[in-house]
Amino acid sequence: MTDITKNGSAPLGAPGHQGIAEVVAKGLKKRYAAERRFRMYGLVAIGLALLILLVLFTTIISNGIGAFFQSKVTLDVPLEVSEIDPDQTGDLDVIGKANYRGLVFGSLRADFPGVSGRSNRRALTGLLSSGSDFELRSIVLDNPDLIGTTVQAQVSLSDDADMFLKGNMTDVEVSAGDGTLAMTEDGVLSGGVYAFGNVFIDVKAEFARKADEAENSIAQNQRQLGRIDEELAVTASRLENADDEAQKTTYADTLRNLETLKANVNASLEKLTSDATDFRTRSQSDAGEETLDQSMPSYLVVTNDGVFKILTVTRDKVTTEIVSPPSSLDSSADWQIVKLQTPETDRRLTDKQIGWLHLMQDRGQIESAINSAFFTTGDSREPELAGIWGAAVGSFWTLMVTLVLSFPIGVMAAVYLEEFAPKNKWTDLIEVNINNLAAVPSIVFGLLGLAVFLNVFGLPRSAPVVGGLVLTLMTLPTIIIASRAALKSVPPSIREAALGMGASRIQAMTHHVLPLALPGMLTGTIIGMAQALGETAPLLMIGMVAFIVDIPGGPTDPATVLPVQIFLWADAPERAFVERTSAAIMVLLGFLITMNMAAVFLRKKFETRW
Amino acid sequence: MSDVTMAEKDAENTPKPEKVVQADPKMMGRKVSVFYGEKQALFDVDIDIVEKQVTALIGPSGCGKSTFLRCLNRMNDVIDGCEVKGSITMDDGDIYDPTVDVVQLRARVGMVFQKPNPFPKSIYENVAYGPRIHGLASNKAEMDAVVESSLRRASIWDEVKDRLDQPGTGLSGGQQQRLCIARAIAVEPEVILMDEPCSALDPIATAKIEELIDELRTNFTIAIVTHSMQQAARVSQKTAFFHLGNLVEYGETETLFTNPSDERTQGYITGRFG
Repeated sequence: MTDITKNGSAPLGAPGHQGIAEVVAKGLKKRYAAERRFRMYGLVAIGLALLILLVLFTTIISNGIGAFFQSKVTLDVPLEVSEIDPDQTGDLDVIGKANYRGLVFGSLRADFPGVSGRSNRRALTGLLSSGSDFELRSIVLDNPDLIGTTVQAQVSLSDDADMFLKGNMTDVEVSAGDGTLAMTEDGVLSGGVYAFGNVFIDVKAEFARKADEAENSIAQNQRQLGRIDEELAVTASRLENADDEAQKTTYADTLRNLETLKANVNASLEKLTSDATDFRTRSQSDAGEETLDQSMPSYLVVTNDGVFKILTVTRDKVTTEIVSPPSSLDSSADWQIVKLQTPETDRRLTDKQIGWLHLMQDRGQIESAINSAFFTTGDSREPELAGIWGAAVGSFWTLMVTLVLSFPIGVMAAVYLEEFAPKNKWTDLIEVNINNLAAVPSIVFGLLGLAVFLNVFGLPRSAPVVGGLVLTLMTLPTIIIASRAALKSVPPSIREAALGMGASRIQAMTHHVLPLALPGMLTGTIIGMAQALGETAPLLMIGMVAFIVDIPGGPTDPATVLPVQIFLWADAPERAFVERTSAAIMVLLGFLITMNMAAVFLRKKFETRW
Repeated sequence: MSDVTMAEKDAENTPKPEKVVQADPKMMGRKVSVFYGEKQALFDVDIDIVEKQVTALIGPSGCGKSTFLRCLNRMNDVIDGCEVKGSITMDDGDIYDPTVDVVQLRARVGMVFQKPNPFPKSIYENVAYGPRIHGLASNKAEMDAVVESSLRRASIWDEVKDRLDQPGTGLSGGQQQRLCIARAIAVEPEVILMDEPCSALDPIATAKIEELIDELRTNFTIAIVTHSMQQAARVSQKTAFFHLGNLVEYGETETLFTNPSDERTQGYITGRFG
């Protein structure tokens, strides 16, 4: 006993033991440091991921939130009986065929009696959405009793007008005018000594900017000139030293070309120089009248329910083009200067159109309403009429087909492979191939669908049924792998218990193993479905990328799906589609997050512990 | 204690071996060899499982005792590459005969496993499952009766009668194992196989199970695999000692534990290897 104690305690006191403790202690610091470093790497990685996610979501939401709102204008539309239903039939067919476009346009023109001339009037009605007549039509069809009265109809503005009102077209600065403003019939406005001083200074600054630009170009041209001179010298000497005639001609040609180039550059230099001096003197001179051009920011003067566009400016007086005549020439009324930062040539609405919109805003006709069309309509070339409902329904049908096919097939395949198939090289081969299928690029499935489902079987193009078939091929491996993992995770003791009770293999499977594996299988299926919902590439191959306006009524109707709709809109040039793209992404993300949450929820709820 | 057993053993020593041969065995294994693929796990085992007695199979790990037990209700069928040679008969019928339905066999030869494995269902459903798949109860009242009597015979009725609808997995380990026994006897098997039924249990639960086994002996033929030699000595009438796939010795428990004829048995039961 004592021996054992001695032996047991001896190493503690022995020098060798202390040595080990020291070595360990020395290393400890390093080990802990490594641990802390590792934790830091992890935190940094997670932080970065969160940050990127945050940026992504902020961008998408800030870009897309506008699409959920649409600017609408309220118009007083007289629903003349003679216009809509001249024979007073009361028949909805007749009422539906009336010229609502004329009515809407007419009432907008009536709001701006001062707008004359064909092109101006077209510009005015161009502010309305091309679907505005349908909106009026549905108001009337919903309530035919309104015929004969004047309704206050709220109709959509065009996407360009909408973009301007949402601030996506140009920066707008409104400054209150100082003092009184005298007006003449032909649009000469004059006020206090410094009434237009700010505009004047702005214009001067603009000239200074242009002078800077011109001077930069001059410097560039001079550098170019230097290079040309060098080339000239080189070529000239080569010409002198040239031996044979052919070379001489070549050099002579080059020389001539260079001379021409030099002359051109010189000419432009001259022009630039004179411009630069001109702009510089104009920007520095304190007096005189300046003319605005289309490459400069535009200025509108708003007063007495009228709008003027400034053409020339001095400190106290401007000449203008009358965009919309004022109600009176009363000089004591309040007035404003509206500066449109983006030059007229760089935007899709003219100064006049913006002036009219501004007036409508001042009159309180414009408001931003929830964009219900976005959730209820199919695709359209007009952004303000385009919606995601068609794509959503297409996605629904496609996913239904996918689910109905892939879930039973996937689960049955998994059950067979996991529980019943003999373990031999054939089943091994099948297993390897299933795992490989999960890694096949999805576009390959699209090609397969095109070659087999469309060309061999002659199924309809662009139809959800084909999309569903293709996505089934793509989803199957995911479901099979997840289902097999779920089956594997059921403890063998449950299987043994059932078999030991005298249950047949099918009974043991359906009574005990399958119910326990089902939550895992469902989770796998939902994740597979979420993948399928976000899939674009294979659907492009089978024609689901077509421009389809109608809401699909079934799995064989032509349709498109949400991600393809996003793809199509992202391609569209209109600014308003940028907004809608992001909004559609938000909707798609919403669906995906919901589906994944459902998977997590199912797993949590039905998870069985042994 | 050893004195008493010795005395008993001495009294019964001589006639017993003949009895083994003469008694009408419930199940009989003759020249049973089992192969897992290339590997042979059992070599020509001859054993009789005597009716209404407890037969203990003992031996070191990997000696083939569980393999043999699982041959008795053909649970090895599920394992890929497992091949059984020789003959195992039950009431003179070969259970490996192609005409024998494995489902029917397992209804006659029930099994209790090493780890308590109740189904993740209610206690009632656990017991009712066997009778239900075999169609042993025609209505709810009959089923209730079967469930109650099975639970009573497994001496667990008093503990669970108020919570029959609660999951069987919520019981303690010992209760779960008794529930599994109740489940096994609910189909009125003729033979019950137990594969180390107490190895996952504490001594008190083990004692209860052993008591239960002793009671069940009056109605059922039992074969039990155990690692605990004390347990084999306590509960069994016959004992078979396996070593490296061979049946080394088979005989009356008393004889085998007190007067083993083979030195390997001697070595194992005295703890020299194992």
